[in-house]
Amino acid sequence: MSWHRKHLLDIESLSAEEILTVLDTAKAFKAVGERAIKKVPALRGRTVVNLFVEPSTRTRISFELSEQRLSADIINFTAEASSLKKGETLKDTAKNLEALNADFIVIRHSAAGAPHFLARVLNAHVINAGDGAHEHPTQALLDVFTIRERKGNIEGLNVTILGDILFSRVARSDVWALTKLGAKVTLCGPATLVPKTFEQMGCRVTHNVDEAIRDADIINLLRIQHERQRKTMFPSLNEYVTLFGLNKTRLAKTKPDALIMHPGPINRGVEIDSDIADSDRSLILEQVTNGIAVRMAVLFLVNGGKGPQEIAAT
Amino acid sequence: MSESSVILNHSAIQRALTRIAHEIAERNDAAAEVVLIGIQEGGVPLAERLAGILGNIWNQPVPVGQLDVGMHRDDLDQRIAPKIHPTLIPFDVTGRTVVLVDDVLFKGRTIRAAMDALNDFGRPTRIQLAVLIDRGHRELPIKADFVGKNVPTSHTENVRVRLSEGGMEDEVVLEKRP
Repeated sequence: MSWHRKHLLDIESLSAEEILTVLDTAKAFKAVGERAIKKVPALRGRTVVNLFVEPSTRTRISFELSEQRLSADIINFTAEASSLKKGETLKDTAKNLEALNADFIVIRHSAAGAPHFLARVLNAHVINAGDGAHEHPTQALLDVFTIRERKGNIEGLNVTILGDILFSRVARSDVWALTKLGAKVTLCGPATLVPKTFEQMGCRVTHNVDEAIRDADIINLLRIQHERQRKTMFPSLNEYVTLFGLNKTRLAKTKPDALIMHPGPINRGVEIDSDIADSDRSLILEQVTNGIAVRMAVLFLVNGGKGPQEIAAT
Repeated sequence: MSESSVILNHSAIQRALTRIAHEIAERNDAAAEVVLIGIQEGGVPLAERLAGILGNIWNQPVPVGQLDVGMHRDDLDQRIAPKIHPTLIPFDVTGRTVVLVDDVLFKGRTIRAAMDALNDFGRPTRIQLAVLIDRGHRELPIKADFVGKNVPTSHTENVRVRLSEGGMEDEVVLEKRP
């Protein structure tokens, strides 16, 4: 058990042991969220800037609540209301935030690698809250936390990730985390959105949804990300629903204890049937609850990591 | 290779715990109000053993909890993040006498953090402190109510409490760092 990193930039560079350290720590923080007083003084007097250059609601709210429950002071910074609109560079914006004595920067950015860049130029702790189509490490950590809580163990589980893989940072981070912990990962979706090249990450790629979910213990659905698609990747939304949407007929052919996950926001009637989203096999809202515990754990752990080793690794 | 010497063997540990339990019983006549909370992680097995002895003295079970103080430490900015162990307090502490139990009392900072952490669970009528070893070197105005053994130490020494299952191989060791 050890965590020596100053930042959380991605899952790819983490070891299985480091991931398990986050999960074990998050378990203790989940218990804090279940008490009458849901707050601990671990980051008292520390300042966190939530630098959300790309819009986000649920991730930002989850980070904000995590920071408040650790007693940190918080500044929220969104692209629409900021000097980034006036032509200031990301580096200058971040340097200015650091000049305000910010101790942590939580960054969401449309450019892959933006958090790694900040980690190189700033002294503050940097946490990646999603960078382009690259990674979304805290989402992957909360996903594996939720799976481990419900299934007991990750090793040997069949996890199928279904949907828009190509544009998904969640899929990338999930594949890294799950394979490092010993799960067998299958990616499925339209061939245009799930290229075979993903097999290089150590998972299986198929375009046959019934085959992909038949032996799955976990089915993780991803939203079709219209905003990241420059051209249409499949003929129509209706065709996607018919070929890949998770409906009752498809679900009936899965293992009876297979559980459904989704990072949200869900599109009811597209990637998931409304009834399935509300059923007791759905972990969607548990994922939201666990997100706070996992983000508290990440902030707590990086606060103790002082070395520059993370930067050298990138 | 560091030198080490045994300060307490298993029967001495057992005698110390028995004496502490009797002192707790003597100090607190309202047995129904007393709960024990072991501080993670060295204090947890000691709290369980003390609860067993106290339960025999009082002829009634004594509630036991466990408390991790990692989130309440005052040195989180100066160290690698501590490993967090479970906190389990399956009873209300408000209105009770909480006896905090730890293995070694040293600087007193863990106990300060423990009192702070306990605050989030309610308002005990009083808090008492029981430790197996008091090794001195306090940095805060904190004193134990019940002590198994006072052991004068230097800063270059470590006190290690090793508890075994069943108790036969228990020992407290003083290690000298070269």
